[in-house]
Amino acid sequence: MSARKTERLLNLVICLLHTRRHLSVQEIRDLVPGYEQGTEEAFRRMFERDKEELRDLGIPLETGSDTAAHDDELGYRIARRDYELPPISLEPDEAAALGLAARLWQSAPLAGATGTALLKLRAAGVDAPESTGALEPRVGAGEPAFEACLAAVTEGRGLRFSYRASGRPAPEERLVEPWGVVWWHGRWYVVGHDTSRDAVRVFRLSRVVGAATPTGEAGSVKAPPDTDLRALVARMAGDEPRSTATVRVRTGSAWALRAEATASATEAAGWDRLEVGYSDPERFADRVTGFGADVVVVSPPEARDAVVRRLQALAT
Amino acid sequence: MTGSLAQLPRLLALVPYLLQHPGVQTAQAAAVFGVTEEQLRRDLNLLWVCGLPGHGPGDLIDLEFEGDTITLFEPAGVTRPLRLAVDEALALLVALRTLSETPGLADRDAVDRALAKIEEAAGAAASPAHRVEIALEGEERVLPVVREALDRSRRLHLDYYVPGRDETTERDVDPMRLLLVEGRSYLEAWCRRVEGVRLFRLDRVVTVALLDLPAEVPAAATERDISQGLFQPSEGDVLVTLGLGPGAHWVADYYPCESMEDAGDGTIVVRLRTPDTAWLARLALRLGPSASVVEPAELAAYVRTAARDALVAYAI
Repeated sequence: MSARKTERLLNLVICLLHTRRHLSVQEIRDLVPGYEQGTEEAFRRMFERDKEELRDLGIPLETGSDTAAHDDELGYRIARRDYELPPISLEPDEAAALGLAARLWQSAPLAGATGTALLKLRAAGVDAPESTGALEPRVGAGEPAFEACLAAVTEGRGLRFSYRASGRPAPEERLVEPWGVVWWHGRWYVVGHDTSRDAVRVFRLSRVVGAATPTGEAGSVKAPPDTDLRALVARMAGDEPRSTATVRVRTGSAWALRAEATASATEAAGWDRLEVGYSDPERFADRVTGFGADVVVVSPPEARDAVVRRLQALAT
Repeated sequence: MTGSLAQLPRLLALVPYLLQHPGVQTAQAAAVFGVTEEQLRRDLNLLWVCGLPGHGPGDLIDLEFEGDTITLFEPAGVTRPLRLAVDEALALLVALRTLSETPGLADRDAVDRALAKIEEAAGAAASPAHRVEIALEGEERVLPVVREALDRSRRLHLDYYVPGRDETTERDVDPMRLLLVEGRSYLEAWCRRVEGVRLFRLDRVVTVALLDLPAEVPAAATERDISQGLFQPSEGDVLVTLGLGPGAHWVADYYPCESMEDAGDGTIVVRLRTPDTAWLARLALRLGPSASVVEPAELAAYVRTAARDALVAYAI
């Protein structure tokens, strides 16, 4: 944007904030420097573009009329109460908490939004100290689909994307009414109603292939009341135990399994016996197989057989 | 943290900022707004010619920036920053809510008060923030002890699980900082056993004890640069080629791969570097028949032998 245009737009904002009544387009042309030149038509086009720019910045440009006459041309103003950040002041410990929270977003687009939000707060007199403490919380948003999914969720629009589901060879197209995005166990998920399958589904953003495209009007998608996004992801992407396996574990090994055991006892010399919960026998078998000869599944057969199948395939 | 704004939104924040900080150093204002001092002077020169309709001497923005300081006398009605946009409100609110919901990270009372104030100031822009959830693993068991050690600069004694070798090791460490990256919590510390900086995943800490000794981190110990992710492969690492069937595609999402090729039959061939082939052998066992070690051949042979050894326990 050229300096001359910035100057014109700044004068326009100041003028529209200052006026109490709606100003007609002609009045605006007379009052704001930069609109004098050119034909009426060129001015109108320029003013249309300027209005768009202000709205894109989130400046609440109000359209209306102050008289009851029908033939009145609509006028413009900016209502101060809609424009201005309300008064806010933070205690030192609250400002420190904000400074720490601001470190959470690691990457675009929310790193940028965090920075501009802090600028506005500083301009309102809130000084959030830059956190230099020993705590470094980071959430990534490196998945290419993140930005589009976040935008669809905040605007209440649908999404269309190509999705590579676990265990399927080729990506498939999905139409989803997204209810929210959730960061869970180090991954971003979008939760919503999968309209192509007419069911609630959870999608891992790293499995979205290519671009995610918004569909439908803003505000057309609404999450059902009391939707617990995190619980949905935990249930559908997750690993709540459904069954219990008995395993023999060599003494001193497989701490990760021991940490999850619901019961453990020393068995013979060099071996312990554990009870471990699992949600899916195949995934449980994956974990157990990783420990090689140090962990042996005793029961149930579905888990034991799954391990044996894996080992036989690996041994040949 | 600095946000980089385009010129018009920057000016709209700059005027109230200067109003709040009379006599601010030019260098400090430039740093807050993420611009050079030269650019800031251009901004100030532009402000000078903008103002209320009429644009007479009393209508213009009035400021003084001789020397190294800036003082603003007349804001021409731009007394407050613009309201927070939806993405700005979302970035701050979600980050604060995450801190509040993760035990042991911050003073929860201060976080909640800051959250309430910012939510109120954001007004209608606050509501989409409820559609984004972040579940961090707080590690309630270990985190409070680690936080105390960091706050009081004390040494810790750790019993720590090393999955590559499937064993627990004991060591004294001098804490440097706490990282929450990609959904997991890590302690970065000077390890006195290996005399180097190490990362310890808190969910792999078997036991932790606060020692009655001061932490002594050598001056030469440097924090890891995590801007490019937590783990950066190094030149000395072993290059491994894996063929990943559909059930093992997650490996490509999960670990940084040097190259990735689609073999056409649903198999992805990836090359990754690891300092720890024992860990990779465990991964290969865990992946079972859905993946294969292509190279190096010794690793493939090792995995085969380990599977045969494990099968013995099943007496098949």
